[in-house]
Parts: sequence; C-alpha cells; structure tokens
Amino acid sequence: MTKNMENYNVNEKGYYGEFGGAYIPEMLYPNVEELRQNYLKIMAEPGFQKEFNQLLKDYVGRPSPLYFAKRLSEKYNTKIYLKREDLNHTGAHKINNTIGQILMAKRLGKHRIIAETGAGQHGVATATVCALMGLECIVYMGEIDITRQAPNVARMKMLGAKVVPALSGSRTLKDATNEAIRDWINNPVNTHYIIGSAIGPHPYPDMVTKFQSVISAEIKWQLKEHEGRENPDYVVACIGGGSNAAGTYYHYLHEEEVGIIAVEAAGLGVNSGESAATSVLGKEGVIHGCKTLLMQTQDGQITEPYSISAGLDYPGVGPMHAHLCKTGRAEFISIKDDEAMTAGLDLCKLEGIIPAIESSHALAIFEQRAFKPEDVVVVSLSGRGDKDLQNYIEYFKI
Amino acid sequence: MNRIHQKLQENKKLLSIYFTAGYPTINDTVSIIQDLEKNGVDMIEIGLPFSDPLADGPTIQASSTQALKNGMTTEVLFDQLKDIRKSVNIPLIIMGYFNPMLQYGVEAFCKKCQEIGIDGLIIPDLPVDEYHDEYKAIFDKYGLINVFLITPQTSVERINFIDSISNGFIYMVSSASVTGSQSGFGDEQTNYFKRIADMNLKNPQVIGFGISDNKTFTQATNYAKGAIIGSAFIKHVTNEGINTINTFVKSILE
Ligand SMILES: Cc1ncc(COP(=O)(O)O)c(C=O)c1O
Repeated sequence: MTKNMENYNVNEKGYYGEFGGAYIPEMLYPNVEELRQNYLKIMAEPGFQKEFNQLLKDYVGRPSPLYFAKRLSEKYNTKIYLKREDLNHTGAHKINNTIGQILMAKRLGKHRIIAETGAGQHGVATATVCALMGLECIVYMGEIDITRQAPNVARMKMLGAKVVPALSGSRTLKDATNEAIRDWINNPVNTHYIIGSAIGPHPYPDMVTKFQSVISAEIKWQLKEHEGRENPDYVVACIGGGSNAAGTYYHYLHEEEVGIIAVEAAGLGVNSGESAATSVLGKEGVIHGCKTLLMQTQDGQITEPYSISAGLDYPGVGPMHAHLCKTGRAEFISIKDDEAMTAGLDLCKLEGIIPAIESSHALAIFEQRAFKPEDVVVVSLSGRGDKDLQNYIEYFKI
Repeated sequence: MNRIHQKLQENKKLLSIYFTAGYPTINDTVSIIQDLEKNGVDMIEIGLPFSDPLADGPTIQASSTQALKNGMTTEVLFDQLKDIRKSVNIPLIIMGYFNPMLQYGVEAFCKKCQEIGIDGLIIPDLPVDEYHDEYKAIFDKYGLINVFLITPQTSVERINFIDSISNGFIYMVSSASVTGSQSGFGDEQTNYFKRIADMNLKNPQVIGFGISDNKTFTQATNYAKGAIIGSAFIKHVTNEGINTINTFVKSILE
C-alpha cells in the first residue's frame, strides 16, 4: 500500500470512510455482535481455511479460468480478460460467499439458515450449501420476483429450501431483505442470516468481501501467467449490492496503478425515473443496517429502483463502493438496459459465452469508454445467462 | 422538567399508545392524540412512517405504507403538530426510523421537536453507541429524551450500559420479535420481566410489543412502570375507525 493512500478497507469501527456501520435495532444486536466478535478469528483458523479452500476447489470448481477474450479484444482494440465466475457451480460468484458463510454458521452453532434473494441466484447458492451441510433453509423472495424467476424458485425447492414470498412494500429484493431481517429478529438464537451481497450491517460487507476476494487473488496469479504481471490496468465489475465487484477489486484496492471501474444499471436511463444508478441518483442514507449511498425521496423514504436485471435492481450499493465512489478511487459508469442486452448478445456471438444480464452490464462499457491497445482490462463475468433466457428471448424475440 | 420525567413520577401504571401518523387518513393525527389524552392515556408515541420499517410486523407495516400513500412526510407531520401543545399536555414521543431524520438533518429535526413540544424520540435503528458518540449532544441541547430498547437477549452488561446512558425510561421489548406478534405472555416472558425488575435499574421500564388487551397490559405492568400498545390499537382503528378510541382505551384499563 502506498504511504499516503486512503484506506479502502473497513476500519475497526466498521466504516469505510463515512459509510458503513451497523444501524440495527437492538433486537439484532446480539446476533450481529456475536458475528462481529468472531468472524475474523474463525476465518483465520487453519481448519476453516482448509475446509473453505477445499470446497471452493472440489465443489465450486475453482479456480475459475481467467480467459483472454481474443475476438472481443480485437473488436475493441484492447486486451480483455474475462474472469469466468459463470463457470462456478450454480452459475455465479454468489456461491463463494455462501460456502464461506455456511461454514461460519456451523462454527457459530447455528442450524437454521435464512437468506434474501432477488433474481434467485443467491437463493439457489444458499439452498445449495444448506443441502450440502444438511441445514434448514428458508429463502425470502419478493412475490413479484417469484413469478418473474420461476425456474430459480423451482431450483431452490428441489434443493430442499422453503421459499417464502415477501408480500410487503414493492414485493421485490428490498422487501425480501426486510422480511429476512424480521425473521432474524424473531429467531435470534438458532439462526444465521446469509446476506447475499456486500451490504448490511458491519461485519457483513467486510465478511462477504473477504469470501469473494478469492476472485482477485486468483486474477493476480493467473494474469501473471498470461501477461507476466499481476496487475492489470483496469478491473471491471457490475454492482448490485457489490459482492462480485468487491471480490474483483479487493487485492487491487491499494494498487494505485490499477484502475477500478464500477458498472451500475441505468435501467431505462439515469434520468428516466426507471433506474438503479445509485452513484448518480443516491444520497447518503441508511438501508438494511448500513450508511451508504441510497436512492430515496427528499423525505428519506427509500425508492424503488428499476433494471432489466433483477440482480442489479437494488436501491443502494455496499458501503465500500460508496466510499470508492466518494473518494474517486473507482470510476462509476451507468449502463442502460438496451446497452447491456446488446453487449450480452455480442459476447454470445463473439466468444460463445451467454452471460448473465448483470454481467452484460460490465461488458457494455467497451462501447462507452475507450481503452488503449496495450491496456489489460479484466472484467468479472459474474454469472451465466441460463437464468435470463426468458428475458433474452423476449427482448430479442428469439 | 421534561413531561416524561413528570409522568414517570406519578404513582400509577402508565398506558402508552403508539399510532402511525397519517393513518387511517392524513389528517387524523391531531384528533387521535387529543382523543387518546381525553380517554386517560398517559403517553403517546407518534409513528413517523417509513418505507422499510424492519423492526415492525405486518400491522404497523401496512399502516405505514398507507400513511405514506396518504401523503405523510416529516414536514407534514411537523406542520400538523405545530399547535399541539395548545390542547395536549401528556408526553409526546416521536417514533421513527433513522433515515428520514438523517435526511431532514438530525439537528434540524431535534430543534423542530423542541419547538413543537415533543419530549422524546425512539429510533429503533439508531444504535446506542452511534447515538452516544455522534448525536447525544444534539439531543441534550434540545432537551429531548432518547429512549433505548432492550430485549430478552440483551446481556446484563449491555443493559447496565443502556441504563447508564438513558435518561427517562427503558423500552423493554417483551420477546424476541417484531411488533405485534404475540398473543399473551407465558412463563418465559414473565421470568424475563421479573429478572429485569429485580435489577433495580436507574430508569423505570415500559414494556412494549405484544401488549394487546387488559390481560397483557396487567401482566406487563405487574413488573414494569408501564406498557405500550401499538399494533392492537392500529387494528382497532383499522376495523372500527377513529370514533371509538374511548372503547379501546376503556377495554385496556377496565
Ligand atoms: C450474475 C450476477 N452478477 C451480479 C449480481 C449482483 O450482485 P453483486 O453486486 O452483489 O455482485 C448478481 C445478483 O443476483 C448476479 O446474479
């Protein structure tokens, strides 16, 4: 870390600059405090490390390849590498976190697992590890998302999870998260809440980031093999809550020469009223237990975001990303639905990879922003597009 | 002297009622407050509605959603309450989530509360430590009492800490739950009530969550200075409207 560089990691009080903290009702204090006091200790145990790494290798299929996308690179006249999180078991980066948290839950003696999900990717990843460990699993999902994402609902059920519809508010991800938090309040002793992104009260953003940091740890040695250097010129990731991004950036946060690019969903356009571009539309606020950038009314009511991609359809960003935005460490780019869909189809045709619509947002930046021919740009391909087929079919009238 | 302190000195068990401002209709706020006082309620918690009330059960959630639809905002509430002290004498507490206060500006919010004659605040998602380090000085400046929660899971050490920085009463959450989810108290709860009563804390306790009728009110006030009713009152207003508040209060106090 360079001497005068800002600290982009969490501090001992649970903050990234002015963002973060643990804004939770007293009912949750014992649970969150138990986690806060133990998570670093548990993660540092050799036995934990061994089990985590073994499962990532044998069960998830890590390391995920770092793939040089030759034809895509030719098209944009720069060097583009794709970090293939789409090849993980269950089809996205989400499982890196759920493996870590299920091992954490077991060590904390919790035998009932709850989670929230939007598109269902995190729900599936949670149901998967619960099946693996033989633990009870309850997934909260907005009633609207349950109809939008029927295949993932079926997957979760096949994996033995109970899917509970969130009927309050707008009946999407934000409300599913509220319901999961309420469940945790009602079941404070035996339950662990596996949050699916780098959000929530401290220590969640840091814990999720650390579990996802395997992504950039691998990029370092993989890029060394490809290019003879560990540091690319840019790392790029899409941001819903920001877990794949946090993992992709983690080992580069304090490497000044590495540019960080964060890609948000602009929906129908940043100023259309139908958007999820938090860095542009958000103001400092408190959501789901942390202070961060948040889309809200002038009166402090949280507003409903919109994106074609359910995984980016969240009114906030993780506190680490709010800090990266505020300090200018990361460059934030917003990508519209149409731009993402086009970039997604482009990757299919050029590289034979069908990306998740979330990941397509990250790929769409090459139409917006020029890179030098010698630049090495690593893009997190956070998930595969199977779950989005219906969306692609309808959009392109396939 | 703050009205809350005065009230706590009265030699009686206190009934406090929570209602959501702007529900059932936007302009019911003042008449509900006046009616509650007239019928012998000791203290009122005025709920400032929030889009994402994560410590609340379905009843208060639904009333909050409706209140927001009706057009309730922080500004509107303050405006409705501006003359409230001309007609109401009992302690008034605003209960709301932190984000709307943060957007209004914590200091501006507290200042406005003082001007109106609000006596205290309950902010479930503003943690004790954050309050203590960042906001206590502001609350003190405007003479506002901040009320903290404890639950059956709160450690003795933390209860003592909360007692030490409280200056009014402690809000005892009856059980591990969001608002409104109880139907009567069993041994587990009464043991917890007794355990806390036996701690002889500096601040009196008022029990809330799951108080719904005369029976639960009596059970709670056997051990505590008072009890708070929220969801049951909202349900009454939903089903019967706001003209029979007297029958509701009577049914609790019998
Ligand atoms: C494939 C994929 N990418 C990205 C995301 C966004 O989440 P995060 O910002 O936490 O990486 C999701 C969430 O569902 C996802 O499924």
